[in-house]
Amino acid sequence: MVNSIPLFVVIPLGCAFILPVIGRRWERAGDLFANLVTVTLLGLAIWSVRFIRETTVYHVGGWGAVNGIPIGIYLVRDGLSIFMLVVVNLIAFVATLYSINYMEYFTDKTKYYTLFMLMLAGMNGVILTGDFFNLYVFIEIAAIASYALVAFGTEAEELEAAFKYQVMGSVGSGFILLGIILLYSYTGTLNMADVGRVILDKGASNLVWFVNVLFIVGFGLKAAVVPFHMWLPDAHPSAPAPISAMLSGVLIESIGVYPLTRIMYNVIGFDGVLSNILIVLAIISMMIGGLLALWQWDYKRLLAYSSISQVGYILLGIGLGTPLGLLGALFHLFNHSAFKGLLFLDSGSIVYSVGTRDLREMGELDRRMPITSKTNLVAAMSIAGVPPFNGFWSKLIIIIACIQAGRYGVAGWAILGSILTFAYILKAERYAFYGKAGRDVADVKESPPFMCIALIILAVICVVAGLMLLPNVRETILFPVVNTLTSGTEYIWRVLR
Amino acid sequence: MQNNTQNTSSGMSLIVKTVARILAGMIMLYGIYIVAHGHLTPGGGFAGGVIIAGSFILLYLAYGATAADSDKRKWYASLCESLGIFGFWIVAILGLVFGTYFLFNIFAKGTPFHLFSAGIIPVCNVAIGVEVAGALVGIFITFAAVKLLERK
Repeated sequence: MVNSIPLFVVIPLGCAFILPVIGRRWERAGDLFANLVTVTLLGLAIWSVRFIRETTVYHVGGWGAVNGIPIGIYLVRDGLSIFMLVVVNLIAFVATLYSINYMEYFTDKTKYYTLFMLMLAGMNGVILTGDFFNLYVFIEIAAIASYALVAFGTEAEELEAAFKYQVMGSVGSGFILLGIILLYSYTGTLNMADVGRVILDKGASNLVWFVNVLFIVGFGLKAAVVPFHMWLPDAHPSAPAPISAMLSGVLIESIGVYPLTRIMYNVIGFDGVLSNILIVLAIISMMIGGLLALWQWDYKRLLAYSSISQVGYILLGIGLGTPLGLLGALFHLFNHSAFKGLLFLDSGSIVYSVGTRDLREMGELDRRMPITSKTNLVAAMSIAGVPPFNGFWSKLIIIIACIQAGRYGVAGWAILGSILTFAYILKAERYAFYGKAGRDVADVKESPPFMCIALIILAVICVVAGLMLLPNVRETILFPVVNTLTSGTEYIWRVLR
Repeated sequence: MQNNTQNTSSGMSLIVKTVARILAGMIMLYGIYIVAHGHLTPGGGFAGGVIIAGSFILLYLAYGATAADSDKRKWYASLCESLGIFGFWIVAILGLVFGTYFLFNIFAKGTPFHLFSAGIIPVCNVAIGVEVAGALVGIFITFAAVKLLERK
């Protein structure tokens, strides 16, 4: 069904627009509507998986091609976008479920859900769009909503973090916009597939290389790859926990890694130089993110640095460019959303019950908060790469892909990064749940029911996601997604047709 | 607005207040003109909405921050903003329902260069005009409220 494609953007937008009106009198409206929207979108995304081998093009407003030249905005649904839609809407669903109880802490739930829905619409739009300027607009919708959400607590620290995030985010958007402008001047079109076609015809000049650099910097800033990462450790911990889970779990991937991958592979065309640049950036991210995480005593800040390190893994797989590397990268992207989302939600539960983010003030929480502690253990084992959990499989695939590609040194760095991950996550586990309590924890209680349900859902996903690699399952879910990337610029003909 | 603020000493001089009061209506009319002719002449929903908001802001500037600071006004501005953008969404979704495409033109196109022409574009312009005017007035009122808070 072609009509379901715009719904991913339309439904959350509609919810965002109507909530401020009805939410003034009816305070629970936000809880109800936001959860309905995310459940619907998750259902739609999972339902769309049956189209994972097809490429469907949707012409917004019915403005199709004239003489083979696209004039309107195209939405493109193919394997990669369906995969990303499932990831984004899954975490959004869990985050809204978690918000029901958690956001009681804050004053204006309606505004929170409005911004949340705008951010979700922006992310879904980025994933589906096939138009460069539309891509920029959706990135800005998602990013601006997230600036406001980071500042949602309105304490001095949060406002400062949001300001820093906003400045760095705007710089990143500036680079992206400049890249789009230059591409437009070179090709005379904004449709991604059409841009790709013109570049194929005219050949990639130095300008296209310059655009590549602009995109790496711009999307690198959005994805917090290491030389451009300094806003993330402030911004992500300052947001409310469900938003931290969204930002670290899916936002940096859907408006940073995904567009970069899409443009590099499907539009401009991937080659050895780009591959080397991405691999170097990935290694630096993995190591520096991991090392800095080791130093942290603020639990959420530690997790934020860990996100930088894990995005390094995803970029490494994408940089390798081999089918196996891409498989590992995409699978790790999914897994990272699940376990990092879960870790941030667990940290939120601790903040909710204990009232601190400082690891030294926690301790002995495993008996006080059994569900939080068990789910956190699952997530920690996943991110550290302990065998039955999902993180192990994706890291293993990435490392095998490195070896298969003959890059033994890179594989070594990836293993070292994995050991670092293990170290910092053990530190967090030990201090938060098992060590001696830094304060009186006698009256600490487990979180309210909706928060616990959200935690359990993600924990189950962390345990069973490894099953996606089973022979028949991987051929139906993961391989078509990898194929959309490995087929490279064939994307152009699938869209223009 | 005149009733509760004209007698207070806040704001600018009587001359400014009187001129602002006379001009505000004309400015708003001009804004409405720009919105309504968005599909025919330069400008459109956004530009017209800014001009409409300008007529309110002119009054607030003339009469001082205390005239602007009111929860009710803020709520009306916010309501305009939300309903404006929601109206746009409704028009767009009607295209999806009746024309199979989001933002599909479902109205008759009419004769070019007439006021009632160009299908859904004028309707969208009106929605954007209401949205932008509401948003800008809302932002201005919020700033005025912050300013008053600082003064206290």
